[in-house]
Parts: sequence; C-alpha cells; structure tokens
Amino acid sequence: MLSLILIIIASTFFTGIIIRVKSLASGRKGPGIFQPLKDVARLFKKGVVYSETTSFVFKIAPTIYLASVVMAMLVVPFGQSKGLISFNGDFIFFAYVLALGKFFSIISALDTGSSFEGMGASREALYSMFAEPAFFILMGSLALLTGYTSFHEMFAALHIGSYITYALGILGTFVLMMVAMIENSRMPIDDPKTHLELTMVHEVMILDNSGFDLGLIFTAGYLKFAIYGALVVNLFIGLFPYQFAIPMFFVIQVVLATGVGLIESFMARFRMSHNAQFIFVLTSVSLLIFFGALLIIGKFV
Amino acid sequence: MNQINVFVAIIVITLVLLPFLKVKWKGIVVFTGIVLNAVVSTSFVIPALAGQTVEFILKGSLVTGDVRILADAISAWFILIINFIFITGTFYALFYMKMYKEQKNNISLHSAAFVLLYSALIILCVVQNSLVFLIAWEIMAVSAFVAVIFEHEKMATLNAGINYLIQSHVSIVILMFGFIWVAIKTGSYDFQAITSYTSQNTNAVGLLLFLTFFIGFAIKAGFVPFHTWLPYAHPAAPSHVSGVMSGVMIKIGIFGIIRMISLIKADYYTIGLVILVFSIISGLYGVMLAIVQHNLKRLLAYHSIENIGIIGMGIGTGCIGLGTNNYMLASLGFAGGLLHVWNHALFKSLLFFTAGNVYQATHTLSIEHLGGLIKKMPQTALLFLIAAIAISGIPPFNGFISEFLIYSGFYVWMQNSLLGQLMAVIFSVLALVLIGGLAMLCFTKAFGIVFLGSPRQTFHHEVKEVSFLQLLPLYFIAFFIVVIGVFPQFFLNVLSQPVHLLVNIPQGTSPDFQIKIHETLQPVSFAVWGLIVIIGVVFGLRKIVQSRIISTTGPTWGCGYVAPNQKQQYTASSFVRSYSKLFKPFLLTSKNQKEPEGIFPAESDYETHIHDRIEKYLIDIPISGYKWLLGRFVFLQNGKLQFYIAYGIIFITLIAIVPIFYEQIMVFIEFIKQL
Repeated sequence: MLSLILIIIASTFFTGIIIRVKSLASGRKGPGIFQPLKDVARLFKKGVVYSETTSFVFKIAPTIYLASVVMAMLVVPFGQSKGLISFNGDFIFFAYVLALGKFFSIISALDTGSSFEGMGASREALYSMFAEPAFFILMGSLALLTGYTSFHEMFAALHIGSYITYALGILGTFVLMMVAMIENSRMPIDDPKTHLELTMVHEVMILDNSGFDLGLIFTAGYLKFAIYGALVVNLFIGLFPYQFAIPMFFVIQVVLATGVGLIESFMARFRMSHNAQFIFVLTSVSLLIFFGALLIIGKFV
Repeated sequence: MNQINVFVAIIVITLVLLPFLKVKWKGIVVFTGIVLNAVVSTSFVIPALAGQTVEFILKGSLVTGDVRILADAISAWFILIINFIFITGTFYALFYMKMYKEQKNNISLHSAAFVLLYSALIILCVVQNSLVFLIAWEIMAVSAFVAVIFEHEKMATLNAGINYLIQSHVSIVILMFGFIWVAIKTGSYDFQAITSYTSQNTNAVGLLLFLTFFIGFAIKAGFVPFHTWLPYAHPAAPSHVSGVMSGVMIKIGIFGIIRMISLIKADYYTIGLVILVFSIISGLYGVMLAIVQHNLKRLLAYHSIENIGIIGMGIGTGCIGLGTNNYMLASLGFAGGLLHVWNHALFKSLLFFTAGNVYQATHTLSIEHLGGLIKKMPQTALLFLIAAIAISGIPPFNGFISEFLIYSGFYVWMQNSLLGQLMAVIFSVLALVLIGGLAMLCFTKAFGIVFLGSPRQTFHHEVKEVSFLQLLPLYFIAFFIVVIGVFPQFFLNVLSQPVHLLVNIPQGTSPDFQIKIHETLQPVSFAVWGLIVIIGVVFGLRKIVQSRIISTTGPTWGCGYVAPNQKQQYTASSFVRSYSKLFKPFLLTSKNQKEPEGIFPAESDYETHIHDRIEKYLIDIPISGYKWLLGRFVFLQNGKLQFYIAYGIIFITLIAIVPIFYEQIMVFIEFIKQL
C-alpha cells in the first residue's frame, strides 16, 4: 500500500523534473515541475476528435493501457511493505500485464490506418519484444540469489548475504533504467521531442489520440517512469527502516529523473536500424548479473 | 462395455445414413452423431477424472490378442478436449459448408471422413493394444487426409494433402517399428509390455525406445524439424477441419508422448532434456516463421508449431521434475503442459474458425489484401482479438495461466540445481519470453492488418458478417477462454487427477497438488480480477467524462498530407520489415522485383516468398537427390513391351537359379543374422 502512494507521488514530479532539467541544460527557465499534471488536467476537460477510420479498438485502447500500468503498479513493493498484491511469480504477471497495454496501444495505432502510426507500432512491438528477456533474466537472477520468486521477498532478501550484491544492484539499475527508457520511449531509443514523425516511436503511435484518451496515455507514461524508478529503489533499500527508506526513495527518483534529463540533453538518439541490436545487448548485461549471482551463491564449481 | 457398443453403433448408423440423405441433413446427422458419441464417451471417462480408472478387456481377434481398454485421467482429459472442439467445430461446419452445398458427393465423403476422424481420435485415447492403436492411427491419418483435400480440384490442396499423407505414414512406420520392437522382445502387443520391457532393461534401451516413439509422435504433433506438413495442410483444409486438426489432432501426438512417458521406465531427466530441446527449437522456429507469412491460415499453422513447443516445454520440465524427484517441479510442468493443450485447442480453433469467416466473406486469406474488416464483421473481429490476446499469453485470458505455470516451474527448477541445469533453465526462460514477445508481434500484425485500418482492396461482392448461428460456437469457445483466464482453479482441480497419475507422488512425502496449485494460482486470479476491475473503473470514469465533452470525427491525421489513400497504409510486410531484416539468417526469403525505370515508368512489381529453411534441407534437397538417382534408371521404363517381357524372363530365370546358389545364400543369411 505504501509503495502505491509513494509511486503516485513520484509520478507527479518525475516527468516534470526531466523537462525542467532539459530546459535548464539548454539555457531556458522551463515550465514548473507540475506542468505535466496541468497538461493532463487540461486534456481531461477537452473535447475529442476520432478518426473516421477507427473502430472501438481505438476507443478502448487508452483505457486498457492505463489500467494495465495501474495493475502493474499494484504488484510493486516498497522495502518491507508488500505491494497491494504480492505472490510467487508476481514479476511474470508484472511483465505480462504491461504487455496487455502494449498490445492495445499497438493495435490502436494500426486502427487509424495511418502509415506513420503503423511505423511506430511496428517499432514498438519489436523493441518491447527485445527488452523483455533482459527483465526476465534479471528477475531470474534475483530469484536464484535469494530463493524467492516474488518481488517483495526477493528485494527484501537481496542484501542479507553479502555486500557484493550491491554491485549486482548497480548492474540491475542499468538494466531496469534502460527497460524503462524503452517502455517510455525516451532517449537513447526514441526521441520524444523530435519534429519528424518518421523518426518517432511512441509519439507517432498516439498522433490521433486526443482529449481524455490522450490524457490517459500521458498519465500511464508518468506512472510507468515512477514504477521503474521504484523498482530501482527496491534494488537498494532492502530492509532499511522507513525513516531512511522513504527519503531515499525520493532522492533516488529525483536522481534518476535528473539523469534521464541530462542524457536527453547531451546525447543523440541511436540509429533506428541499430536500436534492436542495442536493446538485445541488455540481455547480455542481464546474463552478467546472472553469472554474478552464480558466483555469489557459489554454483560456479 | 455397453458404452463401447453404443459408440460403435452410432458411428456405423451415421456412416450408413450419410449417402441417403439430402445435403442439408448430412451435416445435421453428422452433428447429431458426434454429439451423441461425445455424450457416450464423456460419460465413459468422467469416473476416471474422479480417480476411478475404467479398465476392461475386449475379446480381440487371433492376430491382435486381447484388446485392453483403459480410460484413465489422462485419456479423460484429452477425450474431453476432443469432444468439445469437435462439437463446436461440427456446429460451425454446418454453416461454413453452405458455400459448397452443390457438391453433394464430395460432402458425403467429407462428412464420413469427419466422423471417422473423430471416432479414431477417441479410440486412440483409450486403446491399450499396439496393433489396434496402429489401425486407429491409420484410420485417423487417412480420414484426416480425405477431410483436408475437400477442395481437391485445386492442385495446391491436393499437393498439401499428399504431403501430409506421406509424412503421417512415415510417422506410422516409426511407431510400428517401436511397437514391433517391444512385441518381438516380449511377445505381447499390450502397452503393459512396454513398461515391463523397459524396466527389465538398461536406461539406454528405454531412452532409445522413447526416442523412437517420440519421433513418431512428433511428426504428428509438429515438433520442428518434423513439422513440414503442417503449414501446407492447414491452409489447404476447410476452416473447420484446420481448426479441429490444429486444435486436437496434433494434440494426439502430445497424448502419445505423454502416454509413453508414463509407460516407459527410463532416465526421465534425459528424456525431459530431449523434449525440452525439441520444444524450445519448435517454439522459437514456429513463431519466427509465423511472423513473416502472408497467408492467414499458414500463419496460424506456424503458430501451432510454436504452441506445441510451449506444451512440450511444460512436459519436458515435468519429466525433469520426475527425474530429479522434484515433485513440485513435475506437477507444475505437467499441469502447465496439459492445461496449455486445452488452452491451445480453444484459441487455435477459434482463430481458425474466425479465419474461416474471413475467407467466407472475402474469398481470400492473403493478409496483404485485407484490411478494415472490423467495420464489416465486428463480431468476428472481436472473437479474433480475444483469441489473439489469449495466444500471446497475455492476461486476463487463458494463455497466461498455462504459461505462468510453466514459468513457475522454471523458477522452481532454478532453486537447488547445479550449473548445467541452471544454464538449461535460463535458456528455457529466455526462449519462453522471446516466444511471448514474438507472438505479440505476430498477432498485432495479423489482427491489425486484417481487421483494422481501411480496406486494402475493393471486393466485387458484398463483404458481410456471417450468420449468428455460425458465430454461436465461436462465442462458446471464447467464453471458455475467458473463464479459464479468470477462474483457473476449477480447471486445475479437474487436472489434478491426470497430473497425479503422471507424477505418481508417493503418499505423504509432498504437499498435495491441489493445495499447492491453489496457493500458486489464487493470488494470480486476484490480480486478474483486479485488472478487470481497474479496466472497468477507468472505463467508467471515461464514460462519465465523455458524456460532458464534445466528440467529433475527422480524417486520420496525415502529418500535413491531405490526400492519403488506403494504399499508403502500412502493410503486413512493412510492419514486420525490421524484424525480417534482423532475423534474416533464420529465414529464407526469395524476392521477385521489377523496379520502375525511365522517365515514364511502366508497370513495376515486387513480391516476396517465404520458404522454410528446415524444409529445404530436410525434405526438398534429399528428395531432389533421390529423384535424380531414380532418374538414372528411367531407361528401364521405356514403354516398349518387348523390354517388359524381357524383364519378366530375366526375373523367372533368376528365381529358377536360386537353388543352384542355395549354399551361398544361406551363408549370406547366416552372416546377416550374426550382425
């Protein structure tokens, strides 16, 4: 329950911080940290325009997309406190429920019959397919290391054995953050602020969404960032008491958001045609974590 | 006992009635026959699911010996699946076949084949005598062949049918080899002989015997590299036949493998690894080729191969659990595999039936020519969507439950295992995840291109939704897809008996399967219910807000371009282009391209054909070599009568001189015997 509240709070400022950092880095003052929230609130009040080509799929897709993200949020724990739902193998559910949202966002893009949106949909499907193995192997390694298979128990038992696990935590942070970047279509995989539809991935998929639906998609995006941020936090806090853990949560979230902002300011997007290979490299990083876990528990004999 | 007489009597009455009826009644009689037999066979096996195995001996002939009939929980599980899919499939066929109502004789033959196929499948599940088993297997293979070549005026259909017929006979030869091997060593055709033979011999013998049976059954099930008949037979067959074939007929291969696992006593760990390796390859290869297919039913056929791979992963992990005495692992693996058999039967038959609806409405199955069908056929589209989500293994539908069980199995296996096994686990997980991702790519393509967007081709006939009665069985299947996804416990309770039978848990050593599965799945169901509630809440919010704001329609945003036409839409090939570039080493694509040239370009075209690399190396190249070899001897068959008479004389002379060389021949025979 605690994690739920924390994630919702974090999601209110995460994207705002990214935008603020980007503005500051490019020498502008930039909008306030809560501007994204105001945008969403404005969208909720606006009318909607539907394309004539679309069908009911296009209308229900944003709803299911947001619902899938909210559901994924419910299984994320926070240190000692479980997520709202916690069970053995909940990380499998986490990944697959997010896939439900992706499935709908892809078909809703195809529903418009626009070639640009088809292009975005094709890329999204390919990239998310490549990103998933990394996540599963990372979680598998943690399961191997701790002997549990639920988010809560794995994270709680992670650092009991030795301090080397913090090294794995750092590698895990890298993997999780890259997965978050892919899931949220940020740099270096995708450039949300590009001016050309041909080079977008996620932004081009939602070209035809407007009003309330667009607001839902944005909200889902903010939540997703905070969820992955929370997972990263979980890699480190272990069984810390709350008075340390909660401030740490916010510090790490802010650091991550700033990091994303800085990366977006000073890095160029990768070549679209090489993105898939790059994403698959993440899997090998996860394999490194797996071997690290093997070393720690002494199975390398 | 009585039930078997009734079962056979119904088959005979149906078959005898068929030629005398009008076209309309033929279908109804077949349907009634199958429903009656389904009732009979279900009532026969229901006690088995409760744990009371039904077993008795029929007086066989001199050749076969006594025929033992055994309905245990495993056969019961498969019989229930067969019954369900056949009832819905036949009901669907009643309306699907209206297109062909002119072809009276053809329909008679087809109906007879369909009834025989059904009966053979049921008999295969219960018979415990290898000779009778082989006869039933042959009836199944031939009747399926007849059912597939319904549209035999098309050359492609006939080719596909013959391809299937030959391959299923290869399968029979291998199975026969296995059964005769056991019969020679033990002198009995009863299945029990397999157990007694393997438990008296070394592990290597058992393993070899298992491999023989595995290859025989794998041809039927469609494991890579024995899958090559599948992508031809499924598109060629009428949709209800493809649905039934993919839904249950290939599962009889899985049934055979499971039966052999419970009969053969050998090193289960090795057996499990063998199955796992074949399954991983099948799963990945199947979905990798599925993505690039242009024909909707061919795409679905490759997906059957993929799903057989997933089922195999479950069974493989189950065997490994047996081999390492890890009963939890064994239960999870077998439960996942067996549940996926049922799940796949549901969503794959639903997909084939909806593809049949599309074919009926548009007369084409080429994905590139379709588009925007959701406007014309909303119900078919919705049903296809449900099945597509389910087959991608996404909650809240049934595919997720079985995949979740298999994943749980993998992570249970991970605990307390050594380095080598750990590598096997991690690659299995990797494979299953990739399969899931690729399946999503494939089905967003299939659904998105066929049903969404605007039509890519104008048809000269009206494209309209099929009748409600034709959709009724499809809704029935979809209902089960949803129910299994939302309330899996009930079905796993039914499964507990088959799994118990396979795992053979010693009393009191391990927690009860039912309780353990309950613990595993209860929270998953809570999560799935939560998901549905959240979707409902968000949807409600949207409804409230939408009621107050203005909603208008306009053209799709063309990024500033004002005259887009439907030809500019993304096509299926372009949707998977980056994928097919990345996976080029695994795919075999041939291109035919005529580029536009000059200032006033004339016609230009571009077409691609996807070939199956394994088929090329395993089937095509050996066959062309064989044909080349036989071609050297074509001079013998020169059509001149004199030569043929000469051959006859040479043959008679050879026979006549055999006694002269009797001694030498005997020495040769002795020599062979010693080998």
